[in-house]
Amino acid sequence: MTNVLVCIKRVPDAAGEVTLTADAQAVDARFVGFTISAHENCAVELAVRIASQEGSGTATGGTATVLTLGTDDAVEQLRTALGLGCSAAVLIEADPAGYGPADVAREIAAVVERGAYDLVLLGNDAADTGDFQVGIRLAHALGRPVVNGASTVEVSQEEGTADTAIARVAGPDGVETYQVPMPAVVTVLEGGVEPRYPTISGRMKAKKVKIETVAPQREPSGSGRVRLLLPPAQPSAVEVLGEGPDAAKAVVDLLEKLGVAR
Amino acid sequence: MTASDARSASPARAIPATARVVVIGAGIVGNSLVHHLAQLGWRDIVQIDKGPLPNPGGSTGHASNFIFPVDHSRELADLTLDSMRQYKELGVFTESGGYEVARTEERMEELRRRMSSARAWGVPAELVTPDHVVERVPFLDKDKILGAFWCPSVGVVDSLRAGTLFRESALALGALTVLSTVEVVGMDVEEGRIRRVRTTGGDIEAETVVIACGVWSPKLATMAGASIPLTPAVHQMISVGPIPQLAERPGEISFPIVRDMDTFCYERQHGADMEVGSYAHRAILYDADEIPSIEQSKLSPTELPFTADDFDPQLEQAFELMPDALGADGAEIRYAINGLLSLTPDGGPLLGETPEVKGLWSAAAVWIKEGPGVGRAVAEWMTHGHSEIDVHHADIARFYPHQRTRAYVRSRTSEAFNKTYGIVHPGEQWDGERGKRLAPMHAAQRAAGAEFFETVGWERPFWYRSNEALLGEYGDRVLPRENEWDSRWWSPIINAEHLAMRERAGIVDLSAFAVFDVVGPAAEQAVQGTVVAQAAVADGRVIYTPVLDAKGGFRSDLTVMRLAHDHYRVVTGGLHGMADLKWFADHAPAGAAVVDQTSAFTTIGLWGPRARDILGRLTDADISHEGFPFLSCRRIELGNIEVLASRISYVGELGWELYAPMEQGARVWDLLHEAGRPDGAVPVGIGVYGTTGRLEKGYRAYGFELDGDRTIVEAGMGRPKVKNAGFVGRDAYLAQRAAAPQAVLCTMTVDDHTSAAGGKRYMLGGEPILTRDGGTLTDGHGHHPYVTSAGSAPSLGAHVLMAYLPPDQATVGNELAVSYMEELYPVTVRSNDATPLFDPTNERIKGQNSENAEP
Amino acid sequence: MILVFVETDATGATEVSRETVTFARTLAERSDGPLHAVIVGDRPAGVLDQLGGYGVSEIHHATGDGVAAYGGAAWAAAVQAAVSATDADVVLAPGTPRGMEVAAHLATRVDVPMAANVVGVSDGTGADGAPLRVARQVVGGSVLEEMVLPERPAVLTVAGHAVVDEPGAPATAALREFSPEIAEADLVARVVSIEAAEADLSSAALTSARVVVGAGRGAGSADGFDAAAELAELLGGALGVSRVVTSLGWRPHHEQIGQTGSRISPDVYIPCGISGAIQHWAGCASSKTIVAINTDENAPMVTKANYAVIGDMHEVVPAVNAEIKRRRG
Repeated sequence: MTNVLVCIKRVPDAAGEVTLTADAQAVDARFVGFTISAHENCAVELAVRIASQEGSGTATGGTATVLTLGTDDAVEQLRTALGLGCSAAVLIEADPAGYGPADVAREIAAVVERGAYDLVLLGNDAADTGDFQVGIRLAHALGRPVVNGASTVEVSQEEGTADTAIARVAGPDGVETYQVPMPAVVTVLEGGVEPRYPTISGRMKAKKVKIETVAPQREPSGSGRVRLLLPPAQPSAVEVLGEGPDAAKAVVDLLEKLGVAR
Repeated sequence: MTASDARSASPARAIPATARVVVIGAGIVGNSLVHHLAQLGWRDIVQIDKGPLPNPGGSTGHASNFIFPVDHSRELADLTLDSMRQYKELGVFTESGGYEVARTEERMEELRRRMSSARAWGVPAELVTPDHVVERVPFLDKDKILGAFWCPSVGVVDSLRAGTLFRESALALGALTVLSTVEVVGMDVEEGRIRRVRTTGGDIEAETVVIACGVWSPKLATMAGASIPLTPAVHQMISVGPIPQLAERPGEISFPIVRDMDTFCYERQHGADMEVGSYAHRAILYDADEIPSIEQSKLSPTELPFTADDFDPQLEQAFELMPDALGADGAEIRYAINGLLSLTPDGGPLLGETPEVKGLWSAAAVWIKEGPGVGRAVAEWMTHGHSEIDVHHADIARFYPHQRTRAYVRSRTSEAFNKTYGIVHPGEQWDGERGKRLAPMHAAQRAAGAEFFETVGWERPFWYRSNEALLGEYGDRVLPRENEWDSRWWSPIINAEHLAMRERAGIVDLSAFAVFDVVGPAAEQAVQGTVVAQAAVADGRVIYTPVLDAKGGFRSDLTVMRLAHDHYRVVTGGLHGMADLKWFADHAPAGAAVVDQTSAFTTIGLWGPRARDILGRLTDADISHEGFPFLSCRRIELGNIEVLASRISYVGELGWELYAPMEQGARVWDLLHEAGRPDGAVPVGIGVYGTTGRLEKGYRAYGFELDGDRTIVEAGMGRPKVKNAGFVGRDAYLAQRAAAPQAVLCTMTVDDHTSAAGGKRYMLGGEPILTRDGGTLTDGHGHHPYVTSAGSAPSLGAHVLMAYLPPDQATVGNELAVSYMEELYPVTVRSNDATPLFDPTNERIKGQNSENAEP
Repeated sequence: MILVFVETDATGATEVSRETVTFARTLAERSDGPLHAVIVGDRPAGVLDQLGGYGVSEIHHATGDGVAAYGGAAWAAAVQAAVSATDADVVLAPGTPRGMEVAAHLATRVDVPMAANVVGVSDGTGADGAPLRVARQVVGGSVLEEMVLPERPAVLTVAGHAVVDEPGAPATAALREFSPEIAEADLVARVVSIEAAEADLSSAALTSARVVVGAGRGAGSADGFDAAAELAELLGGALGVSRVVTSLGWRPHHEQIGQTGSRISPDVYIPCGISGAIQHWAGCASSKTIVAINTDENAPMVTKANYAVIGDMHEVVPAVNAEIKRRRG
């Protein structure tokens, strides 16, 4: 039995040219919509695998609960995660704009302390704010170990010993294996697992789950954001070497000039 | 060298400084159009799209690409059948067959109507059992459905590939320059004519420009000061897979497409995936200005972020219908979009030259199933002034100004969206955008319990509840209808009003007429060159005349009053009045101007044997048969009001149309009622004017019996002579007169209305005419006869149908059958020319039956 | 006082660490204060001269059993000891996975905010008592955020390849070795084993290559990468791909360049059939020269490139390969 809490964030699904809202405080997501950060999609996948009853060798049985801090709009992302196989959802209802990483970690910690979560999974960093620290701050607040940037997470359950989380991280010298006693916090990096898409039956089930809404513990201290700005567009200075295969000679001339063709 | 240098230096990138025609848009419509223009001999065609090819990011790029050929509209069915033929010629059509399944009895009835349309347009189809469906779609839960409409010729197309082939054909002729990733940023109009298209690559001078860019079209039109009244709207679609049952068969599609009509959804195989699309969600509208750029988009500008909440109910319904497939192990929702498509206020495409700017054409709001056909029709229209397939319902000139407003377009399209798969009664009325054009006597009408129907914004009384007492007076002569569908949007009061008018007199509000004047020294020349009838008549004469296109098809039928040597007044139906106005303006020579007077005058009809008595109480003018003969018009005084009276009738009775200034219309209405009271005159609604009155008299109506595919000869409206003066369509008309007709418009009556279930059924129009034993009839054009108009003939005690029959069947007394809701009812041909069934010698209209008439 | 956490490998300070030191030197010059570095674990030979040449006056070297092997919390504890010892106003770390982790642990431990992926300082020096105002990359590098770090020490990481690695005058840094106390709790999360990843399962080849050949959706299918891979081989480089390629399952994830993949900074990057979505650009923007091959001359990758060939990668790349082989005889 492993009860997993997976923390996600509703973020703009920025893909093409990004535009900002008029007050320069946020990305304008009108045309692209919102999504769950790619790293967190993998975290959800791992959470569902660990908690699933059937599944592969990693399955221990248990529950996967999804959590986010956001407004009512973020229910959309919670439902998505429920459709992927999470069985419960918690919304810390607050405007995330005013919440810095320390605020978010504190609010998540309050939820974790109330529940009996053996493992908390987060994304390595959010696709919008890219703070790279909520998981660590959360672990610190909970007094739990944390592994960052895991590609995969498995739970090892052996008779007579405490359950441990085994996380694999792509390090500079190879794949590092961490084994930490649970309860633990792990942040997940995209690439180790292929996140599933929702199924129709999953989506239908998700619709019926009642989402637990909790109020934040206290006023946030803030994110320190002053404003957003777009880097100035660089005028194109591209030199077109030619069209089609006839340009091959020019390409090789250039590669030789740059000293990489020989 | 910079990129822009390289582009301008490269011959492939050179933007031509001039073009014979600029086609904006490289979706299915633009691509088809450049092909057909090239085929018709156009050269120097420049096609521009802001996106890359072959998929520039418009609606074509994410279309579901399936085609069901049956539509209740003949025009759309013709365009679809032509498109299917073209797709097949291009080798991009895959026949899959298709079902429209019914979950309810009400839908089964609608599918029976579907069968009527299929038979009428000659599309093979049958109503089948659930077992038939699961034989071909084994993963469908047959307990969920009652039956289905099976159309084996349904298929899918590769619309992007078709587009590429179309362009290549035009390129091969040396007729076309394609500029992709070039955006139009402006259009220059000088003296009302398009002159220039401004693009990110430079300016192009052109006298003809076609906007064929789907959801962006309104934005482009605005650049030229024109209007293309469509709105981008969301159609949600998901793709679920891999589904083993689908994956095990090779190819893109091997299972029939299923339209789950009652849930407004479809399920269409795409390889191992099942696409589920929906028209059930709330209307989600955009503005053309709001559509993201290619750079701002996640997928493409017309594939917007999916709003899952809106789709959830459909997910459940789709799952219910196909649990084994959509619930298959590993089947995931792999793709989900809010796809943008174009919606128009009346659901029709927007084709033709814009009324605002000469040389600026629209080819927008077109589905994949009609794209190639529309391309051909518009190319022909641009080349010849008319198209082989009549597309007048799609004429962009059809709209009145209020119908082009953003608010109107959004309101109507919101209401229409869920009707995409809905069961729409032929008489169905809109809920929204009502009360927008009110006749001056509207308050009095409301007080009389008018049941208002809307036509181009006008609220028109179809019958008056104040006439309910007449029902007792006439009893079964009002031909009551017991079936709910047959009597929806109908009342027996219509027939009671009809009888009261025929016996006494009726007063009819005709404010919805479109009225325009042709004025100036060349006015006679303008009218003479446009209409078929002799227009060089004395002042004060009224002519009723067809208007033809150059190939001799109907453009309109209307009345013209000559008010002065340099002044004609044209009166035509509200529905196509704006298109008629444009037609006259387009054909007016120098020295003649066309001036819209629609909002200046109201028209009130006073008809019936007592009409002369009633009018006589209000005027001192000589309104005797000699003093005011049939087909004449004159200004007369009704007390202190001057009205233009025109002695004409569309209901076959003695009487006048009275044209009064709009602001005095209410007073005239009241005066007529006061004067008519002693004779028992009653207000009479459009139910009589538009249907029963005219059908008894065999009068044809444009848009029903008359359209671009029909001729004067076939409609039986020929006169002994053709005027010598030239007019549009004269040569074609002369040729038609010299040849044997391929079809003949006939009037029939239904011999027995009794259905198999025992009740009586009344046809509403659109039904196929068959032999007595159900055999198919085919006319000389290869068309199958169908009912163009249907309605009561209370004076005859019969239900009347009109249809074009094969000439050998067009004999009076011929016994045939009409198929209604998949049952045959016997009919007999009563007339094979314009001879009315009621008062065949037109005694009444001449006033001979009136007691005031001279012997 | 500016303190930089420097990541090292056998050759000395890593590339992003050198960039970070360069960035920190500018800050130190503005505040007219000293620039120190802290290294943990192994101390590569020559690092005193190397960092001295970047203006570092003193290197704090943490040694001892607790920090011999990498552990985020343990190494942060070591850096924290150096921060206390130096009373640093600003602590910088490289914007690498380990730099981020150490900085985040540090900021948490001393209970101050942390700014990740900083590319510039717009206001303040960190030493003047005023809040430090920084600009940092967010949304995968496509947006900049102005952020204030009101507390001291200001903790930040410097975005990789956002700053030019620029040595100063030769000098040698002083060395101060120390053995921090590491609490047991900080040692719980530690690496228990390292599998030297097979070359073709690691992104190391990609991030260290001088030449990267990229391939995107334009490859068309899983079979469409042969020519691009051959070109990479001919140039002694590595093959990288866009996110859509790994999403479609055509190539493994470790080849992905971009926001959620590897960030590369080769001498030459040759993206083929890659349109250049921002996520991809975030991973390749630091390439010194970009030669794009694409059918669409308006693709962002083409307009942002230094050189471009307009054409189908399936035609152009084989022709380039043939030309290289022809010249090599």
